[in-house]
Amino acid sequence: MTNAVEIRGLRKSFSDLEVLKGIDLDVAEGEAVVLLGSSGSGKSTLLRCINFMEEPTAGQIRLNGDLIGTEQGGRMRYHEADLCKLRTRIGMVFQHFNLFPHMTVLENVMEGQTIVLGRSKAEAKDKAMTQLLRVGLEMKAEEYPARLSGGQKQRVAIARALAMDPEVMLFDEVTSALDPELVGEVLKTMLQLAEDGMTMVCVTHEIGFAYHVANKVCFLHDGLILEQGAPQFVLQTPETQRVRDFLAGHSLFKLPN
Amino acid sequence: MDYNWDFASVFVYWNVLAMGLWATFKLFIICSTLGLGGGLFMGMLRYSKTRWISYPAMLYVEVFRNTPVLVQIIWFFFALPVVTGIEVSPMMAAVLGITLNTIAFSAEVFRGGIQSIEREQWEAGKAIGMSYAQSMRRVILPQALKRMLPPLTSRGIEVFKMSTLASVVAYPETLQQAKLIASYEYNPIEAYTVVALMFFIVLLPLVQLTYMLERRFGKSDA
Repeated sequence: MTNAVEIRGLRKSFSDLEVLKGIDLDVAEGEAVVLLGSSGSGKSTLLRCINFMEEPTAGQIRLNGDLIGTEQGGRMRYHEADLCKLRTRIGMVFQHFNLFPHMTVLENVMEGQTIVLGRSKAEAKDKAMTQLLRVGLEMKAEEYPARLSGGQKQRVAIARALAMDPEVMLFDEVTSALDPELVGEVLKTMLQLAEDGMTMVCVTHEIGFAYHVANKVCFLHDGLILEQGAPQFVLQTPETQRVRDFLAGHSLFKLPN
Repeated sequence: MDYNWDFASVFVYWNVLAMGLWATFKLFIICSTLGLGGGLFMGMLRYSKTRWISYPAMLYVEVFRNTPVLVQIIWFFFALPVVTGIEVSPMMAAVLGITLNTIAFSAEVFRGGIQSIEREQWEAGKAIGMSYAQSMRRVILPQALKRMLPPLTSRGIEVFKMSTLASVVAYPETLQQAKLIASYEYNPIEAYTVVALMFFIVLLPLVQLTYMLERRFGKSDA
């Protein structure tokens, strides 16, 4: 079976600074993978390389078997038009929601469908309402984002990504900018998605979420994957001191008895 | 100080002033339309990532932003014919000076407006598969135009007043006509006071209109 995402030898440098130093990662279809690590470990950069928000310096990425870019003289070349097409197949949700403030909730969720995918207004509206219902915000369809709470904004952002019928969803610290009491509603939406069988890659600091929802946890350190495996193993019996230190530092981490 | 105010000596020339006001309006409409429209275009060039496009645009903007409009008008009227051999009418000189200056100004407003939109908005567009042009048209420009509206409308008002500079090359707009009246009747204080009042009466409702526009378009934003 082909993996939804297959990453081989991924490297990324920003001028002199090498942030990713050779990442191999497989994400099976329907799998939820959580990337952990302290800030600067490269986990967000890794996530952003998957949909080419950042262009990798070296290495290969496959989406459901399709190699992204073309190999030319030992290097990968990317054409912007191909990358745009690729990004329609991958949903992304950001830390700061990034909703379009000049559009209503409904228009936000319809925009990519009509402008990028060329769906008809009626079809786009239909799909948008389905996804808004899924995140529990169908009654906010006509509101502008400014009128929503942070948790609601983030759920709209999730609906906007889902409306494109993505093969994979990427979550980039989506609860980090939220008031603590609003974190739960967003995590619940993500849990629901995982249970529905959506393939997901999440960068998060919510270790409880990683434990309960992830099929696989990857711990990144200094641009490399230091440990990866089922959450019970990585989170409860880590092999390296680095991961033990990281987990000890997270007071939120409570083990079930 | 007792000065005998004699406004009657101005008002008998009402038709001269009316002709002047009409000429002022002509300058205003031509210069603001070409200036603001050309400014959006110049702003795009200025914002371009290609250097051989953005550098000449930058040079243009700096030349016209950092020299007085009055001097530009004089220069276009007297020096341009010498340099190019093309006859330049007073109207043409005034239009060139005010328009080219307004293009430079609004190009900067345009560029600033686009740059003021957070990087995250570009990313959101990109993440749902939008091309650069699609993001610009659907996400960035609608938000940027809203922010650009106040400086652009106040520039429009500025252009209206700037039209009086055309009097330096004797284009018969409102101020020039008042100068004429003053030279016949020796009543410059009254003549220029009337010019000020005329501008005030025309511009006050126009400014109210721009406030309304700004309120209307500023609605949905946070």
